[in-house]
Amino acid sequence: MSDQPKAKRTLTWQFLFTLLMFAFMYVPILILAIYSFNESRFSSNWTGFSLRWYDSLLNDARLLSSLRDSLFVALIAVGVSAILGTMMAVGLAKYRFPGKSLYRGMAYLPLIIPDIAIAVATLVFLVSVGFSRSIWTIIAAHIVFCLSYIAVVVSTRLAGLNPHLEEAALDLGATPVQAFIRVILPELMPAILSGCLLAFVLSMDDLLIASFTAGGGANTLPMEIFGRVRTGIKPDINALSVVLILASGLLAFASEYLRYRGDQKRLGN
Amino acid sequence: MSTSTQPPSPLADPSPAPSGLRRKLSKWIEPLTLLAPSGLWLLLLLVAPTLLILELSLIPGFRLGQATAPYGLGNYLQIFQPIYLPVIWRSLFFAIGSTLTTLLLGFPVAYWIALIAPQRWRNLLLVSFILPLWTSSLLRAYAWIAILRPTGVLNTVLGAIGLPGQDWLNREPAVFIGMAYSFLPYMVLILYASLEKLDKRLLEAAADLGATPQQAFWKVTIPQTFPGIAAGCLLVFISSLGDFVVPELLGGASSMTVSRLIYNQFLGATLNWGFGSSLSMVLILAVSLAIALLIKYGDKNGENLA
Repeated sequence: MSDQPKAKRTLTWQFLFTLLMFAFMYVPILILAIYSFNESRFSSNWTGFSLRWYDSLLNDARLLSSLRDSLFVALIAVGVSAILGTMMAVGLAKYRFPGKSLYRGMAYLPLIIPDIAIAVATLVFLVSVGFSRSIWTIIAAHIVFCLSYIAVVVSTRLAGLNPHLEEAALDLGATPVQAFIRVILPELMPAILSGCLLAFVLSMDDLLIASFTAGGGANTLPMEIFGRVRTGIKPDINALSVVLILASGLLAFASEYLRYRGDQKRLGN
Repeated sequence: MSTSTQPPSPLADPSPAPSGLRRKLSKWIEPLTLLAPSGLWLLLLLVAPTLLILELSLIPGFRLGQATAPYGLGNYLQIFQPIYLPVIWRSLFFAIGSTLTTLLLGFPVAYWIALIAPQRWRNLLLVSFILPLWTSSLLRAYAWIAILRPTGVLNTVLGAIGLPGQDWLNREPAVFIGMAYSFLPYMVLILYASLEKLDKRLLEAAADLGATPQQAFWKVTIPQTFPGIAAGCLLVFISSLGDFVVPELLGGASSMTVSRLIYNQFLGATLNWGFGSSLSMVLILAVSLAIALLIKYGDKNGENLA
């Protein structure tokens, strides 16, 4: 993809090195994809093309139910966080109050503290208040980091917003609520959506926090994958990787498109 | 995270309400509705739990359902025992090693994309490079099992060109490769943001004044992008220090790290919650220390963070 016609200028060692690094990023994924079509169960050598692992994926009730759990957790956690995180970002941009820097620090904590520490703390907390663990405790724990990430993304956009927009709306007779919904919110929408995408991907990818807060009832996709791959290579996991990589590639491009549109809008201002 | 300078508020202050009482009410109701729900959520599910493990870490050998011992520093002292101290060093070694590796590998890539590649391709190139970040980190680590295991792709290739096979899986080289693979996109992303803002007139000025490209690179490019380098290193350092998936899947029994040890205290065989809590506190402390160092020496405006 980086082969350009301007070979004279681009054939530097940096170009070759970059090409090598692109290979480093993509060859492992490519190898997974190739092996996912391999007939053999012990996928070290190629025994023939087959779609059997994709077929077994579709009939794997356990895997599909873990996918359902993951989507359920991610959609609810992101939905709640979109509202809470946006409110938090707007509140932080709009008001000064005592303890604000403390509040802001707390809002950024989930971005900084390693997952394992958050997971452990949440488990200890849930056990000590006697709260029984279920899929809902995973959701509650995911909201913590989802709302932080969304708030950060929205804050960045808020900081670049024209400060006179809301004033203009108020001068033209809008109530503060109208001004927010009709003027500010549409401006923030690209940021809210890309924050949501980021939070969704993080929630779908989370192994540790879900493992620690799941209890017996729930089993998310990363937990299921982890349980299977820690004991070695599984050909149906190769097939699953390909499906998930394609899905996340689509998400990535959706997010890029949103960012691009947000930029275009900003340039139009 | 710091007392960084507040950007001017893009939103107008709420318009004054007519009567005194209503003004007072609306003065507090709006910020409270906006900020209290998230604040309470974070207090309840992040701050309170963290304080709770701080307390547990001070109860030596706390196990669920057992009589609690009086407060003491036993859990922290346990970390310094000869079996656990190497775990701390190994985690630091992995974190520093993968930070330096991603910096060395990532800088030329970010440099080429930001400064040498044709303008209209830059965005697409960057997005393609960080695309793997969007996929499951578990599966990205898993991909390396297929490559590095004794009968895997690497040894097949090495065998075909007549080189001796390597047994890297479940040993330290596999963890380094896996971490570099996981965190290289972050490094490139942050270095790119910094290199893109580089004032190219400075490079021209340096050339006009007789500097060789190497001199210009070391005297202009590196100092100009230093905040980005520091922020990228911090991000990779923090992520790899707390990483569980890569050492667990690729490291085998010989590469015990702090996060794996913590995991074992809670979901593994040991179930020593007190010790696990003290390890978590040490991890949080190490991360905070790295951030404090960055704020003090690296990135004075904090503009590359958040």
